[in-house]
Amino acid sequence: MRGGQGTAGARVLRFTNCRILRGGALLREDLWVRGGRVLDPEKLFFEERRVADELRDCGGCILAPGFIDVQINGGFGVDFSQAADDVGSGVDLVAQRILAHGVTAFCPTLVTSPPEVYQKVLPQIPVKPGGPHGAGVLGVHLEGPFISREKRGAHPEDHLRSFEARAFQDVLATYGPLDNVCMVTLAPELSRSPEVIRALTARGIRVSLGHSVADLRAAEEAVQSGATFITHLFNAMLPFHHRDPGIVGLLTSDRLPPGHHIFYGMISDGIHTNPAALRIAHRAHPQGLVLVTDAVPALGLGNGRHTLGQQEVEVDGLTAYVAGTRTLCGSISPMDVCVRHFLQASGCNLESALEAASLHPAQLLGLEKHKGTLDFGADAVILYKSHPTPVSWPALDARGVRVPHWRPHPSPWLRHRLCGAG
Amino acid sequence: MTIMRLVILDNYDLASEWAAKYICNRIIQFKPGQDKYFTLGLPTGLPRNHPESYHSYMWNNFFKHIDIDPNNAHILDGNAADLQAECDAFEKKIKEAGGIDLFVGGIGPDGHIAFNEPGSSLVSRTRLKTLAMDTILANAKYFDGDLSKVPTMALTVGVGTVMDAREVMILITGAHKAFALYKAIEEGVNHMWTVSAFQQHPQTIFVCDEDATLELRVKTVKYFKGLMHVHNKLVEPLHSMKEGN
Repeated sequence: MRGGQGTAGARVLRFTNCRILRGGALLREDLWVRGGRVLDPEKLFFEERRVADELRDCGGCILAPGFIDVQINGGFGVDFSQAADDVGSGVDLVAQRILAHGVTAFCPTLVTSPPEVYQKVLPQIPVKPGGPHGAGVLGVHLEGPFISREKRGAHPEDHLRSFEARAFQDVLATYGPLDNVCMVTLAPELSRSPEVIRALTARGIRVSLGHSVADLRAAEEAVQSGATFITHLFNAMLPFHHRDPGIVGLLTSDRLPPGHHIFYGMISDGIHTNPAALRIAHRAHPQGLVLVTDAVPALGLGNGRHTLGQQEVEVDGLTAYVAGTRTLCGSISPMDVCVRHFLQASGCNLESALEAASLHPAQLLGLEKHKGTLDFGADAVILYKSHPTPVSWPALDARGVRVPHWRPHPSPWLRHRLCGAG
Repeated sequence: MTIMRLVILDNYDLASEWAAKYICNRIIQFKPGQDKYFTLGLPTGLPRNHPESYHSYMWNNFFKHIDIDPNNAHILDGNAADLQAECDAFEKKIKEAGGIDLFVGGIGPDGHIAFNEPGSSLVSRTRLKTLAMDTILANAKYFDGDLSKVPTMALTVGVGTVMDAREVMILITGAHKAFALYKAIEEGVNHMWTVSAFQQHPQTIFVCDEDATLELRVKTVKYFKGLMHVHNKLVEPLHSMKEGN
């Protein structure tokens, strides 16, 4: 059994000469790890009277918690929404490849699909811990089919559904068993959504609002029923209006349950959101910002045509469109690029940018005790941000991942314009 | 050589740095080794109800920055079942370690060393002590200013315990300590200002900043300032363990 201090007999690793992200700040502190968990060195010193077994000099690097991506539709040619017989190996491939982007845990996302697809695919994507083999699976994110026709974006119209008739029973009939599901995106203006939201929340499933034409009132009611997330803010919802802010208004709503705030996903690839809009959202409610990739199977592949759910997409540079249209359908920017872009566009400090990709998604999913932080007792899943001159050292114990060398890059925003509905 | 040194630096940072260099040099000159331990004494005022706070203080400000073996760090345990036995055991540990080579401490505005409050016996040993109001007020800042939370008792080394150390260094900075410093070195030995006991210690060094000297006679200050070139030989050159000694 792993207690808060890791197994007593295991080796103690001490990372020194580093800055660690803890409590919202980059502290000049050593990071101690044992049995795959972050260790409290003070307790080790006074109670166990032990020192580290191994010292690792980090050369001045920053150590940050691994990134968590709660919205990713596939990548490297793998499409999670395809009803295959071996979905598991596709998930494993993506899990392994996104490690290089700094993502150490993720929610495979399924877009609007017919019931046969859900019932075939869902049982094949169990929750799974991460490791050197790949990022951990935290649960499936079901985006659709209970969404707005008008704001479906890239989702296929034929497979949209409502739960007007039998509320939660309709949900179960569509998806099948919900054991592997951790989040559902739906449109709250759909009739009987408060019941459905309550039923999902009661099962520990996060409810997110998105692909919707809801006004602020309906959105607030949804939050009062238990919704806690907004799927890709600004995209696929009514634009902010000063007399009806719509879903965007949740960021500053005073009608949320006391002690609760809303989390909201942002695709900060420089294409889905104008940097000024990103800044407005961030400044209005920095604690709720969750960076997501919303990556499509084309992530990591080159320009050309690829599949997403029941549709074809066309990749051109850093942009992915529904084939033959100018409708955006997901991003192909890796998470570390999103973090970097967010840092530049928002002008926030590095700590906030890192937290938006680690702590906040962990909090959204209720996992912040063990994930998304480097607090004592948390899983020791660590990223290095290297110096200008990259330093190399032996692989971390079990879960450390090296983020590719970070350097500033010109934002694609300067070269692309947002076209069509987004 | 029996000597009392008063080392005066311009400000808190310079005083701290001077003291640190001095301790560093003392340890290295001692040539510690596998079987020869340098015993550094520090005031242990462990508030009885808050076992964490003193440990945290020592960890964050000292232990985590050095490579000491945890088994060689001894802190009085305010949660021990038998506090008197705990204190006696502490005295025994000091003896077994060969006595304290260098004791480093500060003073309170009431002139106490460790938690030996005014009225403490000058030959006292490690024991449980009731704290004076002055000390409680001074400690309030560690408890969010809530006086009701500040511990009223503490385990402490005695004046006698510190007097047994081969060398004593007292750090005194700030104007609020000036009167205590005056009482400590310009007036007589008095149990109301327990730090004055060190006038009778064969090797004491007081390191202070300008502000702490505000209540001393100009003559005293000038005399010791005039000796700084001699005092500075104790910290320059600054030795290093890497030298072939």
